[in-house]
Amino acid sequence: MPEELKVGCARPTGGVVGEEPTKEESTEEVSTKEKEVKAMIKVGRKAPDFIAPAYYKGKFVNVKLSEYLGKWVLLCFYPGDFTFV
Amino acid sequence: MSIDSIFVHKMWNDYELSKMVKGGIPFPMLSDAGGRVGTIYGVYDEDAGVETRGRFIIDPDGVIQGYEVLTPPVGRNVLETIRQIQAFQHVRKSKGTEATPSGWKPGKATLKPGPNLVGKVWEVWKTEQAFD
Repeated sequence: MPEELKVGCARPTGGVVGEEPTKEESTEEVSTKEKEVKAMIKVGRKAPDFIAPAYYKGKFVNVKLSEYLGKWVLLCFYPGDFTFV
Repeated sequence: MSIDSIFVHKMWNDYELSKMVKGGIPFPMLSDAGGRVGTIYGVYDEDAGVETRGRFIIDPDGVIQGYEVLTPPVGRNVLETIRQIQAFQHVRKSKGTEATPSGWKPGKATLKPGPNLVGKVWEVWKTEQAFD
């Protein structure tokens, strides 16, 4: 299901789906935005969609969370490779 | 998902994890350079520049049913995560007619919430069931 990436020398990055491009903002606007961001994670609410590059079964692919609708997903974060999980 | 690049993920899987798990890691190892996704999920530690041990159970509708976040030195209980997923799957299959009390695991009794259960939980569920 995930789309395979064409990997060159640059390190591929992903991001949050639907997030506006970063631009100059006043401090007040930033703090409002942070509040909105924090309020997004709640049980019973939709998980924010994202696209992220991934290593999967020997290939480099792009994974979009919403492609997994219809399945149970366990999303795990960890501090870094070569540590325990 | 971690802030490591997919190239580091490949090295970790190919040279270490594949020695611990036959065939290597069976799910996508996601890269979140800059912690942008981790920030939205509330698990990115800006001071350390890494992501904490966050774990999110997302149902087939894309809804977060549960999460757990630990600081880096303590590892997770994988069996408890699996138990929670089994419980959420059971509740979903019952279309909300059943609930899983404390200590529930597959095969154990569920509760049927409704007017008849109010004040009667003590009759159908014993405290020891939370610990067995």
